[in-house]
Amino acid sequence: MKEFVTITIDDQEIKARPGEYIVDAARRNGIYIPTLCNMSGVKPAGSCRICTVNVNGRLMTSCTTPVAEGMEIETISQEIADFRKTVVELLLIEGNHFCPSCEKSGNCELQALGYRFEVMVPRFPYQFPKRDIDASNPKLIKDHNRCVLCKRCIRTILDEEGHHIFAFRYRGHQLQITIDPEYGMNMTDELAQKAAKNCPVGALLYRGKHGFEIPIGKRKYDKEPIGSDIEKLKKVKIS
Amino acid sequence: MDIKRVENIVANYNRDKTRLMDMLIDIQTEAGYIPAGAIPVIAKQTDTSQAYVEQTVSFYHFFRREPSGKYTVFLNSSVVANMMGRDKVARTFEEEAGCKFGEVTEDGLIGLFDTACIGMSDQEPAALINGKVFTRLTPFRVREIIRNMKKGNSLDELSTSGYGGGKNASELIRAEVRNNVQRQGPVMENDYTPGTVLREKLKHFSPDEVIWEIKLSEIRGRGGAGFPTGLKWEFCRRARGEKKYIFCNADEGEPGTFKDRVLLTEYPELMFEGMTLAAYAVGASEGILYIRYEYKYLENYLKHVLEKMRQQNLLGKNIAGKEGFDFDIRIQYGAGAYVCGEESALLESAEGKRGEPRFKPPFPVEKGYLGYPTVINNVETLCTAVKIMQFGSEWYRSLGTQESRGTKILSISGDCRYPGIYEMEWGYSVNDILDMAGAYDVQAVQVGGPSGSLIGPDEFDRIICYSDLATGGSFIIFNNTRDILKDVVMNFMEFFIEESCGSCVPCRNIPWLLKQKLEKILQGHGVWKDIEDMEEWAGMMRINRCGLGQTAANPVVSSLKNFRALYEEKIQKGKRFDEGFNLEKAVIESCEAVGRTPLI
Amino acid sequence: MNKRKILATTSLAGCFGCHMSFLDIDERILDLIELVEFNKSPIDDIKKFTKECDIGLIEGGVCNSENVEILKEFRKHCKILVSFGECAIMGGLPALRNTIPIEECIREAYLEGPSVSDSNEEGILPNDEELPMLLNKVYPCHEIVKIDYFLPGCPPRADLIWESLYALITEQEIKLPYEVIKYD
Repeated sequence: MKEFVTITIDDQEIKARPGEYIVDAARRNGIYIPTLCNMSGVKPAGSCRICTVNVNGRLMTSCTTPVAEGMEIETISQEIADFRKTVVELLLIEGNHFCPSCEKSGNCELQALGYRFEVMVPRFPYQFPKRDIDASNPKLIKDHNRCVLCKRCIRTILDEEGHHIFAFRYRGHQLQITIDPEYGMNMTDELAQKAAKNCPVGALLYRGKHGFEIPIGKRKYDKEPIGSDIEKLKKVKIS
Repeated sequence: MDIKRVENIVANYNRDKTRLMDMLIDIQTEAGYIPAGAIPVIAKQTDTSQAYVEQTVSFYHFFRREPSGKYTVFLNSSVVANMMGRDKVARTFEEEAGCKFGEVTEDGLIGLFDTACIGMSDQEPAALINGKVFTRLTPFRVREIIRNMKKGNSLDELSTSGYGGGKNASELIRAEVRNNVQRQGPVMENDYTPGTVLREKLKHFSPDEVIWEIKLSEIRGRGGAGFPTGLKWEFCRRARGEKKYIFCNADEGEPGTFKDRVLLTEYPELMFEGMTLAAYAVGASEGILYIRYEYKYLENYLKHVLEKMRQQNLLGKNIAGKEGFDFDIRIQYGAGAYVCGEESALLESAEGKRGEPRFKPPFPVEKGYLGYPTVINNVETLCTAVKIMQFGSEWYRSLGTQESRGTKILSISGDCRYPGIYEMEWGYSVNDILDMAGAYDVQAVQVGGPSGSLIGPDEFDRIICYSDLATGGSFIIFNNTRDILKDVVMNFMEFFIEESCGSCVPCRNIPWLLKQKLEKILQGHGVWKDIEDMEEWAGMMRINRCGLGQTAANPVVSSLKNFRALYEEKIQKGKRFDEGFNLEKAVIESCEAVGRTPLI
Repeated sequence: MNKRKILATTSLAGCFGCHMSFLDIDERILDLIELVEFNKSPIDDIKKFTKECDIGLIEGGVCNSENVEILKEFRKHCKILVSFGECAIMGGLPALRNTIPIEECIREAYLEGPSVSDSNEEGILPNDEELPMLLNKVYPCHEIVKIDYFLPGCPPRADLIWESLYALITEQEIKLPYEVIKYD
């Protein structure tokens, strides 16, 4: 097997590892492609669609598409920019995102994407769906109002025997996350904390932790846009 | 249903969680619903979590969570059903049964529910009652049926209108369904003795030669996507895997399509032989017929056909005397999810999971069912493949057009005198087809179902073929009395909202938002910007993962393109802003709550 | 120098926090006074429009019939209308009630809530004709009238208000630094 393949992202030639996903190759080379459902090292879900890029003329999600020799990838275009903004806007109107009263505010990835893409107001009407908060679990609070259905908890939170603790329920517009009544009840502290940490928004909160601990101004996305850490890699390389 | 029984059912499938669909279907069939108590039992027995089982159960329309009546009626709510008088039929059901749709009568006797197209568009309104099909319903028939239910009669006794034609009347089917075959072509021609290709032709063809012959014929997949069949088989043959699978996709769920139902009824031997032929070509040892739950009434019959083929050595070991050619087929039912017609969602479903399409690559031919290389072909494709082997690729290439070889079986329904199945060579115009079906005063035709395109008379000279109007076969005719936006586009959008798996953000939301826009326009609150918004928003559907998602806004896109005037005449001229806010309506609830008269 | 622009502001279903943040522009308010003249606004306590205005700033969402009336009046008298703050943009915290039937909200507020259950023995509900009527939900302003600009935040940062307002007054393009766009 070849050691690397050469791909082009926005006219920049980069070397990628065979089999790695476009988004990871880009990341290592200081190119930020926005993601939400994606987590490095976890099997991708390809569900939020925000990482959609143009691969050899076709729209593909960069978190699910492995690199191939000679691939030409376009991530900067009016069309792609509009897709990204649309995904954020759809998520903002789909649930009930009351940022001012959310513990995750300032550290929330959905919010951060909204900031980065300058979403001042979604173009779609707010839906204000009736959604429930599930406080039945001893370690976690699940707030469906804030859930973006990214499947991170489903994919990453399994017990030692491989049982799924989180799962989807229903489909389409009714889709939601559930916590298993049995394995969820017996979840370790460590796993519950991991679930809350992996949640990109404030839909899963660990009960043992106070909210609003970090003052405004010092939170993750207060000063620097999401993706800055990736883009810094490039600046370092150039300088 | 007691715990022991659930355990037995789970044990019947070796406690294998990939057979979860079968377990649930058995429980549903036996108990009439999936009792809450069954879920922990299944989870324990299959060593999964309850949440895991629940996520499959809650995905499928036909898995009921509550008792749904001793007689459970699923009345089709597709556009054609509505055109053929569903409304009156539904009202009669409600009046006679004494409950509304979505409810069960107090005594638990009758449950009334809506369901998407059940593949009977040529004989609507139609309903499934405890899995049995009742077609051509009228208020009179409904009264009769409900009377019989109240007497506690069996399902057979509810069928007062006798049995339909062809094999529908056979002892193993006994369904009211009619075939309505209006035009037979080379695929449906009864000029072939099942088994001939396996017995005679395979003597002279190696697997590679079979693939070569299929490639030469230039046949493309008949499900709609049109991928070259020979190439698909070749990819799978080349793929490395301990074993390989052949799937037949009989999950025809595109509203207005019913040709697979007729093939399954009249030509199952041909279809199974096609699967076996494909297995020979790619080196597969197992085959699965994935079939929609709506066609459950064919189950015993299809199982019987398989059994007969085994006895005739057309399935099993050393098939047709070919040493080492072992292949068998099992039937996998779905449980009500349109998206499972998408091949990778179908595989997920067959593995006992939610029908969420996978992302590609890898393609099923590389990593399919349970991770093994898998070919998934449409019913019609497989039937045709057998005929191609029998009569030769040269013969097949002589049919149809240069780039669309062979024939296509169309399912024609709606406003025409002769709805039914038409096997046509590719290359006829829409006008030809309308003429043939006895259509009159035609305002529009939906070609390829809701995910296809809605065209008007100025495009009726377009040609049915891959390069012009490609279609999986659904052909719905609307005459001048139909309200395209209200009756057609709205119904289709509701269908897509109901059938989205919900995985992708745009597909989960945009159809819903488009429907709101359409409602606003129909209510007279529309402004020019609404039309622009609809166009722009529909464009976002391109980033969805699967074919369903990418085409789910097509009813809007297509009607905006071809019937724009209908939108324009409904919007407010000269008004630039109207979000539909109505003060009078907005204060009613609160005024009632505090007991005051609204003052505006 | 051009004629001074005329500014109007109001708080609908809001908490006046956005107005407080407006005052947080600190000494720049002196610059502002040079650039604009206030008309209807709690800042100068002018209750009714006496002039046609260039810019209207709306704080708060729309929760009752009076809000609707005032908002429509603003639209009529202002060339440019700006939703400032989460409540104006999406209903904000008052919109938490949007998923609860209004009847339940009223019962909780006047009859059953812990702070009222003892004090409203006669079970009086506010139904005087003088009172504004509650809407079935709290609406974002742009679902009632056309809104031209949106300044998010709870409250919008003073810098965001200043930068945007300055650009609108001087008719320049609004260019915002990253730190000022926040939803909380």
